[in-house]
Amino acid sequence: MLTLRSALKQTRGLAAALLTGTALLAPGALAAQDGETTITAVMHSGLRVLDPVITTAHITRDHGYMIYDVLTAVDENFAPQPQMASWEMSEDGLTYTFTLRDGLRFHDGAPVTGADAVASLQRWGKRDSGGQLIFDVTTSLEAPDDKTVVWTLSEPFAPLLDVISKQSAVPPFIMPARVAATSSDETITEYVGSGPFVFNEAEYEPGVNVTYDKFDDYVPRDEPASWMAGGKVVNVDKVVWTTMPDALTALNALSAGEIDYLEQVQIDLMPIITGNPDVTVEKRDALGYVTIGRPNHLHPPFDNKLVRQSAMAALDQESMLATMQGDPEYYSVCGAIFGCATPLGDASGSEDLTGGANIEKAKALLAEAGYDGTPIVLMAPTDVISLINQPVVAAQALREAGFEVDMQSMDWQSVVQRRAQQSPVAEGGWNMFFTNWMVPEVSDPLINVMVNGRGDDAWFGWPTDPEIEELRAAFVSAENPASQKEIAVKIQQHVMDNVNYIMMGEYIIPQARRNTIQNMIPSPVPVFWNMTKAAE
Amino acid sequence: MFVYILKRVLATIPVMLIVAIFVFLLLRLTPGDPAAILAGDAATPAQLERIRDRLGLNDPLLTQFFTWMGQLLRGDLGVSLLSNTSVAGMLADRLGPTINIALMTITISVALAVPMGVIAAWRHRTWVDFLVMSFSVLGFSVPVFVIGYILIQIFAIELRWVPVQGYKSPGDGFGAFFSRAILPSLTLATIYIALIARMTRASMLEVLGEDYIRTARAKGVRENVVLFRHALRNAAVPILTIIGTGFALLISGVVVTESVFNIPGIGRLTVDAILARDYPVIQAMILLTAGIYVFVNLLVDVSYSFFDPRIRY
Repeated sequence: MLTLRSALKQTRGLAAALLTGTALLAPGALAAQDGETTITAVMHSGLRVLDPVITTAHITRDHGYMIYDVLTAVDENFAPQPQMASWEMSEDGLTYTFTLRDGLRFHDGAPVTGADAVASLQRWGKRDSGGQLIFDVTTSLEAPDDKTVVWTLSEPFAPLLDVISKQSAVPPFIMPARVAATSSDETITEYVGSGPFVFNEAEYEPGVNVTYDKFDDYVPRDEPASWMAGGKVVNVDKVVWTTMPDALTALNALSAGEIDYLEQVQIDLMPIITGNPDVTVEKRDALGYVTIGRPNHLHPPFDNKLVRQSAMAALDQESMLATMQGDPEYYSVCGAIFGCATPLGDASGSEDLTGGANIEKAKALLAEAGYDGTPIVLMAPTDVISLINQPVVAAQALREAGFEVDMQSMDWQSVVQRRAQQSPVAEGGWNMFFTNWMVPEVSDPLINVMVNGRGDDAWFGWPTDPEIEELRAAFVSAENPASQKEIAVKIQQHVMDNVNYIMMGEYIIPQARRNTIQNMIPSPVPVFWNMTKAAE
Repeated sequence: MFVYILKRVLATIPVMLIVAIFVFLLLRLTPGDPAAILAGDAATPAQLERIRDRLGLNDPLLTQFFTWMGQLLRGDLGVSLLSNTSVAGMLADRLGPTINIALMTITISVALAVPMGVIAAWRHRTWVDFLVMSFSVLGFSVPVFVIGYILIQIFAIELRWVPVQGYKSPGDGFGAFFSRAILPSLTLATIYIALIARMTRASMLEVLGEDYIRTARAKGVRENVVLFRHALRNAAVPILTIIGTGFALLISGVVVTESVFNIPGIGRLTVDAILARDYPVIQAMILLTAGIYVFVNLLVDVSYSFFDPRIRY
């Protein structure tokens, strides 16, 4: 039977031709002009900052992996692998010699030299917390010739390769020495890398579109791609990231074939897309994210360990994650501060945290601490969808335990400004906020900024915690993975007791792609090498 | 007339200066830190402080203000704190889509709303009038994003006549531009059709009761000439005011529609800049918006004299 809907659909071609005069509206046509293979992707955010060293913004890191390369990179087993360079470590663990592989060129045609690597590592070392620790024990970092970089330390730093191979926040991307000479407190203004894609500056619109062209002179490694390591073989001519502020529009565009890939799908909108046979919704990254609560250790009442323990006892991971994600398929209760599926992950001491709220215990701890009913200021961002629910759930739980809670709603920018205030609460300070991290960003004691216990030099919340600093120092000098794990477990237990922060569990944000997009690497950082695109 | 226009242009200078001072102070008094957005989540307070120094955010307010004013007087809108790109370039990129969508919206709105209003007034208290007023109430009442999603569902998803989202400039071909601009323009036009049709109807009803209309009809002038030459021309002043204000509103940003249809326009730029506390961009945007309002109002005022010879400057 000819329905109105099918009759209307039959007019599709005629109307499209009338409207456009071309065949522009065929699915995939947007991405396949001029015979080029183009992948059009909607990432989690618009790209505005182009310097992957000055910022920890994930979208800028993703941009970094497109156009830059790294000396060494982590594979899917969390093991550092040669990327631009192979390495040798001296027997005493004090000297690392990196040898650049053949064929490395920047996008302007210049060869990548040891001097470029040295300048890039030095700039990175001023920004990255792990990098700063390495440079604290660095005697020299030199390039004796174009192919070689020699890094000499005053004392062994066992996790050096892990730190320089990390995939997130902030990887040491290699830039030309003249670019890396830019102060680490200023953004770079020249965007030349040696990575598999070339940044197309002419087509760049900040926060709107960014185009990457295949770098024809890139020489991939021979090994198969594995997370950030292995051969970065580019199978398309172009990748275009376009920003779509409206989640529903992005799903509609994917359904209609106007885009190929959507990095993040809102869980509550998934039913719209899951029935589409041309689209696959999936978990790319098995590790996902963690959500955490950070108390301010400087001021009452959270300067008191018993009060922090009370807050932790009052909070319930399950209810917070369920409120955030809705579907249990996309979250998991997890008490391991380094992540539940990472080599250093261990859930020791987190039984209270993962077993549900223990309001009676929380009340008892609060009474023991002599809490005087001073309201705690809980900052609640209203404009970041992944952070809206945690303060609301936490406020209710804390009130049930006997806390007076002053939940203050504000935009995320106000949170990031206010959380930097060390002043007392009455003078514009704060007591608690929530944020999220990718699991690889918290997966070891050097990367995880929340286990830094250096007081004013620590991350917002500023715990002064000599015990954890001793453990972190021991981690640096641990001789093998088993010893590292042993120390990581001690840090885990310490954090559960001292409540440096409150781990609220893990969650995953699914991605969606047209079925024409295949061979995507299941890495925490979305990468576009290896990926193929078939015709519709 | 020339002297009048010159006076009005000169009068914009103190207006813009007051806007500039107000915007500058408002932004500095609002919580937020561009350095924190730039540096990201893991930056330490010491790193943030160094970045603030580099960006000049730790300079005294007066120094920051006069630096900005100096740049403005040289025609330099500055550089985005985040993207390090020229603010003037960003505005130029974003102004095109906004102006083109606004022009298309206003064209559709005027083409449909003025005849609708005239006919509604002409057929006052008939089913035609009732129909036009019902549409008008609906146009006012339904949020634009709902209309946008409905149009997308019908014309882009079900029928596939047009793309779901995106923008192409007319330079890329009229078909590519039109197919992407038509849905957002229709969406925005809904509310403007409602507004202009109501205003036209009200204004026409007033004029149609005048003696000269009765005289014209008594002399046997054809009804369409009575309506469109005698009545509409005399009813034009309030309609023009609404059209002018509507156009200025469209130019100064229609964030929701731009988001729903993924149009890289002025509205999205403003919201993104505010969320990131990108001061140079916000300041330039608000100055631009103020300038547009002043300019459009001037155009509307000048155009009165063309429709109503009694108005002289």
